[in-house]
Amino acid sequence: MTLSDLANRLELRVHTTGAPLDRPVGGGYASDLLSDVIGHARKDELWVTMQVHPNIVAVAVLKELAGIVLVGGRLPAEETLAKAEQEKIPILGTPLGTFELAGRLYALGIKGS
Amino acid sequence: MGLRRVRADLHIHTCLSPCGELTMSPRAVVEAARAAGLDIVAVTDHNTTENAAAVIEAAAGTGLAVLPGIEITTAEEAHILGLFATGADLAPFQAEVFRSLPDIPAKMKYVDDQVLVDAADYVTGFSPRCLFGATLFSVQETVGLIHRHGGLAVACHIDREAFSIVSQLGFIPPDLGLDAVEVSPRMTADEARAAFGPFGSLPVVRFSDAHKPEEIGSAATVFLAASPSLEEIRKALAGADGRRVLAT
Repeated sequence: MTLSDLANRLELRVHTTGAPLDRPVGGGYASDLLSDVIGHARKDELWVTMQVHPNIVAVAVLKELAGIVLVGGRLPAEETLAKAEQEKIPILGTPLGTFELAGRLYALGIKGS
Repeated sequence: MGLRRVRADLHIHTCLSPCGELTMSPRAVVEAARAAGLDIVAVTDHNTTENAAAVIEAAAGTGLAVLPGIEITTAEEAHILGLFATGADLAPFQAEVFRSLPDIPAKMKYVDDQVLVDAADYVTGFSPRCLFGATLFSVQETVGLIHRHGGLAVACHIDREAFSIVSQLGFIPPDLGLDAVEVSPRMTADEARAAFGPFGSLPVVRFSDAHKPEEIGSAATVFLAASPSLEEIRKALAGADGRRVLAT
């Protein structure tokens, strides 16, 4: 399943305009501690977080993540969005909380590792 | 002016912090700081500067210098220390911080009393605010807020697994404008540099983060400076005018 499929199925808002949404999503990871994401997230996973700091883009690049979903209606900081466009990291958003979004992703076949 | 060794522990809680022991009264802090051979301390309760004046007053005439300070919880739940000059008017700064704290009652079963005291250790009240909560300020906004009010901004206990800018944000964002990074007593500055560094040009300091009197001075930083004051420490952190960090 691609990011674009997930965005449609779960009515995710796509904050970025230029980042690729056709990339297959290989799994999911949910965490708000970036040190934990650096340690444990895997390549091609979709990252679910409430953090909006620009560092989330750097972590997504480092770990080669498929994209980031911001939960709870949180909006990316201006600098975060600018970095995401520059680094081609898709940032999506949902009013759902982490637990609910993770459950719906799991139901669509996006698993953890 | 001649330069001398200034021994500093600039991260100390009082009984006002929800996690600070009731025994952390102004007199006890001053006594323990002097017993530990410190020249200067800073009072840094969570999201509040309200007990600092009492400790400054309690230290008057003892030779111990006391800076008013704060340990701000950012929106990312990273802790940033703000250190200010003795005698600075922090009311406008404090008002901004309080406006940014969640409006939920502090009285919870598992949180210690948040005790406001005077210089003679008398209880003058209890903070009704949720001092352990996170403010709405991002790390950038927090550093900017501290600087705008004339303070120094230090990233706290970057070696800890929680509430550190490294644990919350993975690494220290470049161009944050921090004045220093702090390492907890659990690690040496060199160990922290190897594990989390190299921190670029940022100086590394070590302070106790004391929550009990016996912890005061358990980590300290020695500055080469003309006197124990905020401005001298600012120069030492910047390596200006021959001032510098001598030892951690």
